[in-house]
Amino acid sequence: MSKDKRSIAGTTDYQVVGTRPPRYDAPDKLTGRALFGADTNLPGMLYGKMVRSPHAHARIRSIDTHRADCYPGVYAVVTAQDFRWAEDSNADLDESAVNFRYLHENMLAQEKVLYVGHPVAAVAASSVHVAEEAAKLVEVQYDVLPAVTDVRAATEPGAPLLHEQMMTQSLSKPSQMPSNIASHIQLVKGDPSQGFAQADVIVEREFTTSTVHQGYIEPHACTAWWGLDDNLTVWTTTQGAFGMRDKLAKLLDHPMSSIRVIPTEVGGAFGGKLPIFIFLEAVAGLLSRKANRPVKMTMTRAEVFLATNPTSGAYMKAKVGVTREGRITAAQAELYFEAGAYPGSHIIGYSGFAAGFMFAPYDIPHGQIDAYDVVVNKPRTAAYRAPGVTQANFPAEQVIDELAVHLGMDPITFRLKNVAREGTGLIDGASHGSIGAEEVLRAAQSSAHYSTPLSGPYRGRGVAQGYWGNWGARSSCTISVNGDGTVSLVSGSVDLSGTRTTVAMQAAEVLGISLDRIKSSVGDTDSIGYTEASGGSRTTFATGIAAITAARDVIAQMRGRAALWWGVQDQDVTFDRGIFTAHQGGDLQMIFAEVAGKLSETGGAVTGVGNVDPQGWGGAFGTHIADVQVDPETGKVDILRYTVVQDVGKAIHPSYVEGQMQGGAVQGIGWGLYEGYQYNTQGDMINPGFLDYKIPTMPDVPMIETVMVEVPGPNHPYGVRGVGEVPIVPPPAALANAICRAIGVRVTGLPMTPARILEAMGVI
Amino acid sequence: MRAFEYIAPTTVGEAVTILAGKGDRVRPLAGGTDLIVQLRRSILDVDLIVDIKKIPELNAITYRPGEGLTLGAAVPCHRIVEDADIVRVYPGLVDAAALIGGTAIKGRATVGGNLCNAAPSGDSIPAMIVLGAICTIMGPEGVRSVPVERFCTGPGKTVLGVDELLVSIHFPPPVAHSGACYLRFIPRHEMDIAVAGVGASVVLNAEGTTIAMARVALGAVGPTPLYVEAAGAALRGKAPSEESFSEAARLAQEGARPITDVRGTEAQRRHLVGVLTRRALRGAVERAKGGTANGR
Amino acid sequence: MAAKIRVCAKINGEGVEFLCEPRQSLLECLRDILGLTGSKEGCNDGNCGACSVLLNGRVVNSCLVLGVEIDGQEVTTVEGLADWRGLHPLQQAFLDNAALQCGYCIPGILIASKALLDREPSPSEERIRTWLAGNLCRCTGYDKIVRAVQDAAARLTQARQEVNR
Repeated sequence: MSKDKRSIAGTTDYQVVGTRPPRYDAPDKLTGRALFGADTNLPGMLYGKMVRSPHAHARIRSIDTHRADCYPGVYAVVTAQDFRWAEDSNADLDESAVNFRYLHENMLAQEKVLYVGHPVAAVAASSVHVAEEAAKLVEVQYDVLPAVTDVRAATEPGAPLLHEQMMTQSLSKPSQMPSNIASHIQLVKGDPSQGFAQADVIVEREFTTSTVHQGYIEPHACTAWWGLDDNLTVWTTTQGAFGMRDKLAKLLDHPMSSIRVIPTEVGGAFGGKLPIFIFLEAVAGLLSRKANRPVKMTMTRAEVFLATNPTSGAYMKAKVGVTREGRITAAQAELYFEAGAYPGSHIIGYSGFAAGFMFAPYDIPHGQIDAYDVVVNKPRTAAYRAPGVTQANFPAEQVIDELAVHLGMDPITFRLKNVAREGTGLIDGASHGSIGAEEVLRAAQSSAHYSTPLSGPYRGRGVAQGYWGNWGARSSCTISVNGDGTVSLVSGSVDLSGTRTTVAMQAAEVLGISLDRIKSSVGDTDSIGYTEASGGSRTTFATGIAAITAARDVIAQMRGRAALWWGVQDQDVTFDRGIFTAHQGGDLQMIFAEVAGKLSETGGAVTGVGNVDPQGWGGAFGTHIADVQVDPETGKVDILRYTVVQDVGKAIHPSYVEGQMQGGAVQGIGWGLYEGYQYNTQGDMINPGFLDYKIPTMPDVPMIETVMVEVPGPNHPYGVRGVGEVPIVPPPAALANAICRAIGVRVTGLPMTPARILEAMGVI
Repeated sequence: MRAFEYIAPTTVGEAVTILAGKGDRVRPLAGGTDLIVQLRRSILDVDLIVDIKKIPELNAITYRPGEGLTLGAAVPCHRIVEDADIVRVYPGLVDAAALIGGTAIKGRATVGGNLCNAAPSGDSIPAMIVLGAICTIMGPEGVRSVPVERFCTGPGKTVLGVDELLVSIHFPPPVAHSGACYLRFIPRHEMDIAVAGVGASVVLNAEGTTIAMARVALGAVGPTPLYVEAAGAALRGKAPSEESFSEAARLAQEGARPITDVRGTEAQRRHLVGVLTRRALRGAVERAKGGTANGR
Repeated sequence: MAAKIRVCAKINGEGVEFLCEPRQSLLECLRDILGLTGSKEGCNDGNCGACSVLLNGRVVNSCLVLGVEIDGQEVTTVEGLADWRGLHPLQQAFLDNAALQCGYCIPGILIASKALLDREPSPSEERIRTWLAGNLCRCTGYDKIVRAVQDAAARLTQARQEVNR
């Protein structure tokens, strides 16, 4: 247990919700029995390998697969030519709308390659080694083009164009000239120039962040089997089996019911395994059909870095004005986000949140944000938890901090003076619902960490606050009752973090039975209804509601069965905490298991169904406190103490919530201090491995203290709020603010490496 | 990976015979923590791997006071950091061996392999240079000796002929009032390749007031690890003070030839050479005086 | 293609015999030939520890050991930790401390932790973190893992004391 764990809990007395039972999947994961993406082995299975572009930007002149076809042990070779050409349509599937042609080109390039590692062909062979050797024999002729990997350089006139026909989509500044700027949006609230005129102090700074990968330890992997009955089965590590299936149906021009996607256990995802772009599965499926054998395709670590979907690096400007008394009058920002090879980074619209959320913790009367989505010769970007928000939080929280320093105010007190509350209007026009921003700030201010003074040379304490809006979306759950009173729960949500347990806990609460009477499993696309991918911090909320709905359906049906058994009317039977009672002269009672034992005599099976698309979910706030020590001779940063304070709604399983807070914080620490894609002048990523792409190791971080604040989330029976994403938002800024206090200089580029810190200090 | 054959001889003679006549299509395998990675990435291409771990001399740790330490080329790092004699007598070597990778890497990686891999950043190499270590090499024509500071000739290149095998490394017995220390800079706390590394050794007079002799060697700031004779020479006859350390550090910086690459910038590396030289000298002096701190 | 070599070794206490090519790593042999898929590939170059196994009692990255090298040797994988009595105290401690999330790094971490506790019955927090530096985890932030190892150390010490009584 964390030493400083405080929970301002509601007063409802729950039986299961809020306890800490062991996870269903733990024994299998602890003993090596759990099956992940690369663990599906079938008789006669072949191994697939991609042929990938060595160039960051080139036109494909020809692809000759002849030598690979003839290599002993090769059973199939595919290129883009083997796929039926898909129309240029928008597949409105998953978190972002995706232009289907881009999806196709990213899967196997036909015209141009747009990043090193871009796939152009694939082979299936008798072993992974044979496949690797055969892949080297595919001859591709390229016309190499100049590459651009910096988001600012890509916007300059004369920059190499990735998509020669693409023009900037913008309501305010539409363009007729081809550009690498895919789109521009502008959010305006009030009158920014008036707002800045009212300010006594204005801080304006520029910031940069690097491309960063989600860094899941399990590489992408799948096994595909296209049987002679024309059914395709794919075992794969994915956040969304249904999104995957629907995309495969389109890519392979095959009916959805003939495709079965079985999600395996997932070894980390964090937004990088959403079925937005399909990296392996369609190609593996086609190889399997051609070879008439199952095909396993896995990625090496280098392939994961080069050719999946990291999250955007960015160039940003932020400007905030404040009165002498500490009231923010106006905020302004320009955000240039890397989209990678294809448009659609996380600034705008349905999947874009950087612009909308960067100042969401504050009540600001006037603001303007201009956000630009820019293509560069890097893999197409995706979410790394809280898409886009960590990047934009880095400038926002540093400028806020600088203003607090200028005013001589405690940084939390300054934030409290401007805190957003329910009803506060955001810059994108929306308003906050029921939120816990103020509660979180106050809990941070009175935390054990913040109350402990920090002293010593080159030491500093930094604070930052962040917001993530969370998500709802479609979920499906069924609960079948067994004759002994146990139940089988199946939901469509891939379990990334323990949700098959937290979802079952919510069902157990409704059913009034103990958790060990529920078998909870994750269904595949044949066995449960359409369920949106797991992500956006939606699962415990939305799939929880699906499970609650299914459980209530079960209870309603079982009340009818009890009524039948007792010969009374349905409305005469009530249910409370696992007991059915008939109110008709005398006390007729049966517990859940007894009614379950009577189902076969009262009409047969009882299956409860919950197909939901819940709305009105609540967002989450987090305040992080970081104490650092900087070695002034080397620039090395040691984290002395770190605390995550977060509004968690209602912690269904407090240990798992703590785990999300701690895990997200350490990811953010890596983003802040160590991680970033590095490129040479040809556009090659020069650190595609865990040696030189440096994620935090165990000795790099201290214990992460957690303080859970429970302001019930709206529109959920137990007050659940998503918790998984907001913890990644504040760490880079919290560390930057701490480093600034330690060395007296602000570091405005990520990652804040020792070299960068020495440069900021003027030592080198 | 391309296919290759595998053989595990049990004598040095057998191994040398196998290496002879195969040109560069054959490689000896010790811990494999560099070799297997290079084969997998097609940086290296071989027809045959010769596993040297079954040859008794290459697995031997022999320490005799007055004679020194002989370390077989295939002795893994974990045995070095756990050997009571080495820990007591050659803590400077243990500094380096303890830093090569994490626990699992140390379970296999060898100092012999670290040397033969000849990365500019090989942690063990500056430590061995300042300890005055000498390599014993066996070939078809017999045995020869090469001091460690002359062993590496370029990134990934050594004085070894294609038919020669590094058999062991010998460390002279330490003289009285001597101490050695190896430090490196990495951005995380473990698991990184050195951005810069410095090994330092000193011999003090009996009172501990004068440096009789000193050696300074640098890692990761040149095409090979560098023995900077001038830095050690400048300390001769001087008091072990911040002033003399700083002068040695300045000369070490002058002797460094750093580049900018994925792990660090030229300016950063040159600066770190200065910082680490001072710290390594402090650590070496502390050990020479009988202390245990390592100068950080 | 090189001829396959016959390897005889002891894996999780059982004698096994298999054929493999020299280029196949121990990790590949465990996963693809012997059906022991508990050890995982995370990087295949010794930087993540997901493939950690015990070789003659020492933690090694099985991706950097060739299958042919284990002839006559003893290997312990995660599948060999639990026995007919149930979970190993380390596994139980991880379960009780909610120290796993996705679980992918866990086999390697359990193996490496066992190697530590076999040698040092009461390691400090700093010692645990340094020992496990080569085992990357992206989900947990490491906090509960460290606590689980400390908890397991305490349980094992208590069990030893009870035996000695």
